[in-house]
Amino acid sequence: MIHQDSRKLLEIRGLRATVSGIEILKGIDLTVRSGEIHAIMGTNGSGKSTLAKVLAGHNAYTVTAGSVVFEGNDLLGLEPEERARAGVFLAFQYPIEIPGVSNSHFLRLAYNTVQAQRGKDELDPLEFEDFVREKMKLLDMNPDFLDRGVNEGFSGGEKKRNEILQMALLEPRLAILDETDSGLDIDALRIVTTGVNKLATRDNAIILVTHYQRMLNYIVPDYVHVMQGGRIIKTGGKELALDLETRGYDWVGAERRSAIGA
Amino acid sequence: MSAVLQNLVNQPYKHGFVTEIESDIAPKGLNEDIIQLISTKKDEPAWLLEFRLKAYEQWLKMEEPKWPNVKYPKIDFQAISYYAAPKPKKKLSSMDEVDPELLRTFEKLGVPMHERAALAGVAVDVIFDSVSVATTYKQKLAEVGIIFCSISEAVHKYPDLVKQYLGTVVPIGDNYYAALNSAVFTDGTFCFIPKGVKCPMDLSTYFRINTEESGQFERTLIIGEEGSSVSYLEGCTAPKFDTNQLHAAVVELVALDNADIKYSTVQNWYAGDENGLGGIYNFVTKRGLAKGVNSRISWTQVETGSAITWKYPSCILQGENSVGEFYSVAVTNHYQQADTGTKMVHIGKNTRSTIVSKGISAGHSNNSYRGLVRIAPTAAGARNYSQCDSMLIGDQCGAHTFPYIQVRNQQAKVEHEASTSKIGEDQLFYFAQRGIGNEEAVSMIINGFCKDVFQQLPMEFAVEATKLLEFKLEGSVG
Repeated sequence: MIHQDSRKLLEIRGLRATVSGIEILKGIDLTVRSGEIHAIMGTNGSGKSTLAKVLAGHNAYTVTAGSVVFEGNDLLGLEPEERARAGVFLAFQYPIEIPGVSNSHFLRLAYNTVQAQRGKDELDPLEFEDFVREKMKLLDMNPDFLDRGVNEGFSGGEKKRNEILQMALLEPRLAILDETDSGLDIDALRIVTTGVNKLATRDNAIILVTHYQRMLNYIVPDYVHVMQGGRIIKTGGKELALDLETRGYDWVGAERRSAIGA
Repeated sequence: MSAVLQNLVNQPYKHGFVTEIESDIAPKGLNEDIIQLISTKKDEPAWLLEFRLKAYEQWLKMEEPKWPNVKYPKIDFQAISYYAAPKPKKKLSSMDEVDPELLRTFEKLGVPMHERAALAGVAVDVIFDSVSVATTYKQKLAEVGIIFCSISEAVHKYPDLVKQYLGTVVPIGDNYYAALNSAVFTDGTFCFIPKGVKCPMDLSTYFRINTEESGQFERTLIIGEEGSSVSYLEGCTAPKFDTNQLHAAVVELVALDNADIKYSTVQNWYAGDENGLGGIYNFVTKRGLAKGVNSRISWTQVETGSAITWKYPSCILQGENSVGEFYSVAVTNHYQQADTGTKMVHIGKNTRSTIVSKGISAGHSNNSYRGLVRIAPTAAGARNYSQCDSMLIGDQCGAHTFPYIQVRNQQAKVEHEASTSKIGEDQLFYFAQRGIGNEEAVSMIINGFCKDVFQQLPMEFAVEATKLLEFKLEGSVG
């Protein structure tokens, strides 16, 4: 929600980025304040997933221009793990499988690493077990999931739930959800989005990267941005998403072209 | 490959140092006189000299195997010294008399003998070059009738037992390197577990090659009588040299009715530097004979060292219902080459075998799994399950799988599964995005990959193996 005593969490200015020498982001400007939910929408190839990965620090992408300030600090100067510890979280579009590494081990290590960074107590395996089980209820997860390998043989829905569980454990300041709705059936979508809504507070912020409007029926955004060709070409309120749903993306580009007289 | 991954896999060898101890070295070269010299030095009975000479005769007629997927310059067997012993100043009757320099070497290796033995309850039969220096816990084991000593000692004290079993599992002419070993072996371990005795502790031997350019030819013989059981641990490190060192050990295991022998190895010999210079050639023949009904032979190996590894710990499943197991992790880095695997030969009815092989390749290394599963016509109801997984780190290394399956009985069941994976930037990024740095991530991925094997190792060995893999694959992350 937009509230008066919000703080500036993230400020992106003129961000340009390339992958394998091809420019994907061509000047992004975006400001996110605490308590806000932003949806970034756009067609495939518009650069929205790239933006998510660049913010998280994926080293396949090279930032060529612009700045990103997160809670007053230069985010681009940090390694990916430092960004995570500082409170930037990315829920992956395609979560990675790590065979043989148990979920409980992985989750505890991630949790304790972030806790240590915040000067808070780390949890031993028994304490963590109780803690994580509590969080799992939020996402209606089966306890046997803890003993399985990280994302190993998980269904699409299970993987996405695991991402949101990690978000619940790590309590990020900024959560970027990259197409978290893709591959989810209606029931799973409801569970996952209910979980995300419970995690949204006045102090953190969420950026939803999505192709479709349907997730926005459950998580109501304060702002909707439309990306095309590596730029944000339109920003509006939640009703913009509904327009996109009924009218598609083409008109936004056409509108912009006529506005700039192209 | 990214700089991060490169740093992670380019750790220098941590046990590279040479102990300065006077050695008594035989002149270079191999002929009947040298064999005679070894036998005389060791004050051996005539039958053993005969065994050696027969093996030498076989060896002369044989050729080095050409089939392994490894490359190395031709070995000049006449340029090797076949015997080296620390000069005995006087006969040693206790640990206090052992050369302090030698003890310091063990300290550096993290093998403080008395402490280790006392703390972990492990009997350590220490091999230094070719002569046994000290044996602990022998007394305690003797109380239950277990013989655990150097093979030289066994030749003198228990000649009948040695004579009865030596060369019965690996015949003198079995292969080129086994024949060589049979001709010139200088020492090794002998272990005898009598009928019905469950060995009360893990038996452990630490090997260390110390004299430059001296070939090392260990010979190990373990016999489990009816209803006995034993867990044997073998661990190796070696000092850093630029000259290749040949190591050709032979290990023979015999399990009689209902006997159970578990043999675990953690191997960390000098692998050569990052340009592939130097390192140990490890050409080993290890074989277990599950001779009796319901007997079991289980091999677990963690191979991390050596410039070249040529090694196939195998099981001959002769007894009905006998069981063979092979659990292996082989790690290669830089220019290391490994051709390793197992042979499971099913002869008896309802024999079962399990093969779990995990190969990890980094740098410019080459890692091959080679395994044979043979079901003889007599082996009705035999079953085998094989799983071979390879992991690649970087894009300059190779992983290969050569499974040979020969089934001559209709009622047998053989399964083979294989997979290849890669530690990729995306996996590391996933960890990083959860706050976990690259070093810890690689360690976790590797340990997860090897879990099925590590859990077969005795507890303290599993910890050691985990650390060893971290040594091999971790580094300063910039």
